[in-house]
Amino acid sequence: MREKELRFVVTFHTTAEAMATEKLCREKAIEGKLISAPRSLSADCGIAWSSPAELSGRVKEAVEAAGIETQGFHEVMV
Amino acid sequence: MIYFDNAATTMPKPACVTETVIAAMNSFGNSGRAVHGLAMDASRTIYEAREKLAKLFNCPRANNVVFTANSTEALNIAIRGLLNPGDHVISTDLEHNSVLRPLYDLEESGVETDFLSADRQGNIDYDDFSRRLKKNTRAIICTHGSNLTGNLLDLGRIGRFAAENGLLFIVDASQTAGVFPIDMRSMNISVLCFTGHKSLLGPQGTGGLCVADGVEIKPLKSGGTGVQTYLRHQPEELPTRLEAGTLNGHGIAGLLAALNYIEEIGYENIRTKEAALMRRFYEGVREIPGMKVYGDFRREKAPIVTLNWMDVPSGELADELAEDYGIAVRAGAHCAPRLHEALGTKEQGAVRFSFGYQNTEDEVGTALDVLRKICR
Repeated sequence: MREKELRFVVTFHTTAEAMATEKLCREKAIEGKLISAPRSLSADCGIAWSSPAELSGRVKEAVEAAGIETQGFHEVMV
Repeated sequence: MIYFDNAATTMPKPACVTETVIAAMNSFGNSGRAVHGLAMDASRTIYEAREKLAKLFNCPRANNVVFTANSTEALNIAIRGLLNPGDHVISTDLEHNSVLRPLYDLEESGVETDFLSADRQGNIDYDDFSRRLKKNTRAIICTHGSNLTGNLLDLGRIGRFAAENGLLFIVDASQTAGVFPIDMRSMNISVLCFTGHKSLLGPQGTGGLCVADGVEIKPLKSGGTGVQTYLRHQPEELPTRLEAGTLNGHGIAGLLAALNYIEEIGYENIRTKEAALMRRFYEGVREIPGMKVYGDFRREKAPIVTLNWMDVPSGELADELAEDYGIAVRAGAHCAPRLHEALGTKEQGAVRFSFGYQNTEDEVGTALDVLRKICR
C-alpha cells in the first residue's frame, strides 16, 4: 500500500457538494483531488476532497465563500 | 481503465444499445400521445420491449410490464402501493436501501417488519420465514441476489412458502435480471422489480416492475397518460395505472436493443462467462495472506467478489487501485447497511469487484497481479 501523508480533507453530506468543490478548486487552480472519504471521519458521503495540508486556508476560504455546505474540515493522514 | 464495477452499472454497453438510443433520439415522438408516425414508432418500440420482458420473466402479459426510471422507483411503487397500516412484512438482512428505506418509512405509519438475519457468510436460514409468519403477514419482500456479496436467494423455495401462506411475493432482481433465470409463474412472484442498466445491459434511467394478474397496486404518481383525459384519477388499467408522465422512450429503445443482444448471445452464455471470471478471481485472491473474502462461494452466485485486506480501509485500497493501476471497483458502504453489520464490515466497508460480459481473463489476471503486489 502507498505511504500516507498529511492532507486537508473536506467531507460532505452529498455527492453534489463534492462535485461543486472539485469544480470550484479547479477554477481557482487549487491543487487537490476527490478521494474515498476516510472511514475515520464517518462522512455521510463516500467522496471527499483532499488537498495538500498547506492549502487548507485557501480551500476553506474558497468553499465557504462559494456557500458550499460541508460536513467538516480535517487534517488527516491519508 | 479495467472496469470491475458492473454491479453498479454495466459498462461499456453493447454498441447496438448506444446506436439505438441515438437513433431513437433522432426519430421518436412521444409514445401514446399521438397517432402520427413518429409517436407510433415510440409506442411500437416500447410495446415490443414490454413483450420481450414479459417473455424473459414469464410475466402473464406484456401490459403487466410497467416502466420506471430504475428499480428503486419500481420497488417504491410496489412496496408503498401494496402495504397498509397493520400489515406485517417479512424481508431479509440482504436488502438494499431501495427496499429498506421504503419499509422503514412505512413502519412509521403502522406497517410491521421482520428482517431475517444473515450469518457471517451472508446467508439466511429459510426456516426463519415460517418462524416469523404472523396472522397479519401480507408479503415477503426480498432480493434475488445481494449487491454486496452476490449470494442468491432461492426464489422458488420462498415463492412456494409465499403461495402456501397466501402472501404477496415482491422480488428485487436488480443484480440478476437478464442473467439468472426468473420465472414469475413457477416462482409465484407477485411483483418483480428490475433495473435496465445492470445485467440487462441497457441505459441508465430504465427499469420497471412486472405485475402478476390480480395484484392491484395503488399508484405512487398520477398525471398525464395520453388516454382517458377527462378521468379525474389515474386510469385503472395496467401499465398506464402505474405510468404517469412521458416514458423514457429513448432509454427503453436502448433496453430493447440490449434484450435482443442478450437473446442473441444467450443469457446462459453470459452467466457462464461471468461466473468463470469471478471464480478465477476468487481462487486467486483467497490465497493472498490477510485477504478476507465475503459471501458464499460454495453455491452459484452473482459475479461479485467482495473483500478486504487486513484492516486497510476499503476506500484506501480502492483509491490506490484506481489511481495507480487504473482498476475501477467500488468501496465503502454499499447501500446494504444490515448486511454490512452482519458481515462485520460496518467500519471498514468493503471492496467490491463485480464482473461483466465485457471483461476478460487478462483483466482478471492483471487485477490479481496488482493485488498480490500491493497487499503485502
